[in-house]
Amino acid sequence: METLAWLVLILPLAGSLISALGFRALPARAPAVIGTAAIAGAFACTIGVLVKLQDLDAEHRQVVFVAWDYAQTAGVDAKLSILIDPLSVFMMLVVTGVSTLIHLYSATYMKGDRGYARFFSYLNFFVFSMLVLVMAGNFFLLVVGWAFVGAASYLLISYWYRRTTATTAGLKAFVINVVGDVGLVLGTYFIFRHSGTLDFLGTFETAGSQPEGSLTAGCILLLVGAFAKSAQIPLHTWLPDAMEGPTPVSALIHAATMVTAGVYLIARMWPLFEQAPAAADVGAIAGCVTLLVAGTIGLVVTDLKRVIAYSTMSQIGYMIMAVSAGAYAAGLFHLMTHAFFKALLFMAAGSVIAAMAGEQSLDKMGGFRKAMPFTFGCFVIGGLALAGIPPFSGFFSKDEIITLVGERGGWHYALYTAAYVGSFLTAVYTWRMIFRAFWGKAVPEAEELEHGHLHHAEEHRNPATGELEDTDVGFPGPEHHIAERSAAMKVAMGLLAVGAIVGGLLQIPLGGTDVVDTFLEPTFEGSQYAHLHASDGFTTLSLIIGTVLAVGGIAVAYYIWVLKPGLSAQIQARFSGLHRLFANKWYFDELIELVIVRPFSWFGRFGQQTFERVVVDGTFVGGTTLVVRAGSAAVRALQSGLLRAYAALLVLGLVAVVFYFLLQS
Amino acid sequence: MAIGWYLAVSAIVFSIGAGGVLTRRNPLVTLLCLELMLNAANLALIAFSRMHGNGDGQVFAIIVMVVAACEVTVGLGVIVAMHRRGLIIDVDELRELHG
Repeated sequence: METLAWLVLILPLAGSLISALGFRALPARAPAVIGTAAIAGAFACTIGVLVKLQDLDAEHRQVVFVAWDYAQTAGVDAKLSILIDPLSVFMMLVVTGVSTLIHLYSATYMKGDRGYARFFSYLNFFVFSMLVLVMAGNFFLLVVGWAFVGAASYLLISYWYRRTTATTAGLKAFVINVVGDVGLVLGTYFIFRHSGTLDFLGTFETAGSQPEGSLTAGCILLLVGAFAKSAQIPLHTWLPDAMEGPTPVSALIHAATMVTAGVYLIARMWPLFEQAPAAADVGAIAGCVTLLVAGTIGLVVTDLKRVIAYSTMSQIGYMIMAVSAGAYAAGLFHLMTHAFFKALLFMAAGSVIAAMAGEQSLDKMGGFRKAMPFTFGCFVIGGLALAGIPPFSGFFSKDEIITLVGERGGWHYALYTAAYVGSFLTAVYTWRMIFRAFWGKAVPEAEELEHGHLHHAEEHRNPATGELEDTDVGFPGPEHHIAERSAAMKVAMGLLAVGAIVGGLLQIPLGGTDVVDTFLEPTFEGSQYAHLHASDGFTTLSLIIGTVLAVGGIAVAYYIWVLKPGLSAQIQARFSGLHRLFANKWYFDELIELVIVRPFSWFGRFGQQTFERVVVDGTFVGGTTLVVRAGSAAVRALQSGLLRAYAALLVLGLVAVVFYFLLQS
Repeated sequence: MAIGWYLAVSAIVFSIGAGGVLTRRNPLVTLLCLELMLNAANLALIAFSRMHGNGDGQVFAIIVMVVAACEVTVGLGVIVAMHRRGLIIDVDELRELHG
């Protein structure tokens, strides 16, 4: 098992290095093959690890492998150790499984791009970083993986580096992620100060004996890290902008894997969070607020990818709320099903965007139903799963979260209600997107495609700003690829569609199946919420409410955007204030600009222009040179070169010494 | 005779030597005055040696003589070399060591 576990890490790294270093020597298509094979190999190894882990007794299913001691000094023992337990294997399966399919999809989708090798190298590096994050056996390696993932995200968002919008978005993501990194490191310090060990298992043993204030502070700082990675309010603004990256990147990083790191972190740290209930409550509330806010923004955004991005934020809000409220297995189950249907939706969106020759605005789309039957099918499956229609996967996972949160009782009923509102919003905005892109009058691009001709833009424009693009290396490329014409894309999307349909069958409520619960049980052994189960009546009620809301949401969307095409404009006009609030994303960007960016840039300017010039340059630097110059002038005057003057000083000194001793005696 | 007299003579010779080093500008005379200072020290060493009745001081004195001989050899050599090159032989003129 040890070799297999390390291979899971080594294969993506090797793939990344081979593509990065050998791209001149390799044939043009080789990076895709190498990259996909490396991740597929990692997936196979993960399956091997899974099989061997299941062979062990339930109480021994937490295995730590140490490669070497990185540093052992002053009470810090930083080992390169990985922890293999059901939770990490679960995450490894999701990460490598979805990544394999996305690599396969990218192999065709990115074909026209001149940075093909670079793309696969980054993508493999990202998978490696994510695996480091989920396999880390101590805080040290967790921080390393955490930072690597942020860096990989930056590289991939600004992958089309000729676009200023992409580079700005990459910077934004990186900066906000670094805020999270700082939170994670500080939180680690707070916890480490009392536990004295960096190892997860050792830390968890001391969880009960930690002083509560310090532990709560540590957990809240960990939450800062989790919020930044998982795009939760108020550190969420980077995620919609991250849609500047290529669509497969959005599917992989900004839907299926990286943004779930925060969910993983909270689930992994459950022994700490259960001792610090205040921090857990903060997480649950932030998740709940995020799922509502993101849902409302999703209703009005017109960029196809950004609608899906906001729905990702919203769904991750559900997961964060679940794991913070103690419904660990439910949160992780939703993480898995979400990875399937969200990656599927992004891939389908990528196909539509390709058919539109790079155009992403929903306003310009319509009537793609006949032109792109396969993409349409995938979009519908993803949309049904996201909206939570039985028996698609999202139905089971989302309803389990909502039911268990309601089961906590007390003020959790507020979260329970809000989650249902969010669930209704999800159905509306998801289907608004589908109805606008696929129903209605066919746009010229769709008609062209129906006649067998794929639209290509005459001139290439940035979909966000409309400015003409530099068609050199950092540019999407003149070719476009749609799922209907590529076997690789079809396979990837088809497999994900199957996952999105049947994924929910792993865990059917009311005594159906509970594969995920049982599998994850060893990790959450001893949790006070381990036996959080809703009664059959409550579960049934929740399932019915969920179904009614989802169907109702879709019906509302159908009524507004298909039956009465003018209605949405009327609603907009009626509630223009609300619409402006949602369309401006609740003014979060402006708020952050006002509260953080402006003061900091003012402070920076003050530092540069006033503090640095006057205090640093004037006083410290100038003063030091002044003192040195004056001192050296005095000493230089003594060095006359007159031999007799030196001798006289010598004699004088001698006489002084003699006199000193004479006077002493 | 009390040791004080020997030491007094030694001190006087040392002072004459030191005064010569400080006042004279000719390096030849400076060297001679240095010799005076060394020999004043030698005198004090030997006086103490007699007082304590052992040979340690004499050993020191001999070593000082050896050092003095070496120093004179080098110093005179330098002065002769300077003279041959036609340089001015004046310690105040040799100021290359100034800062």
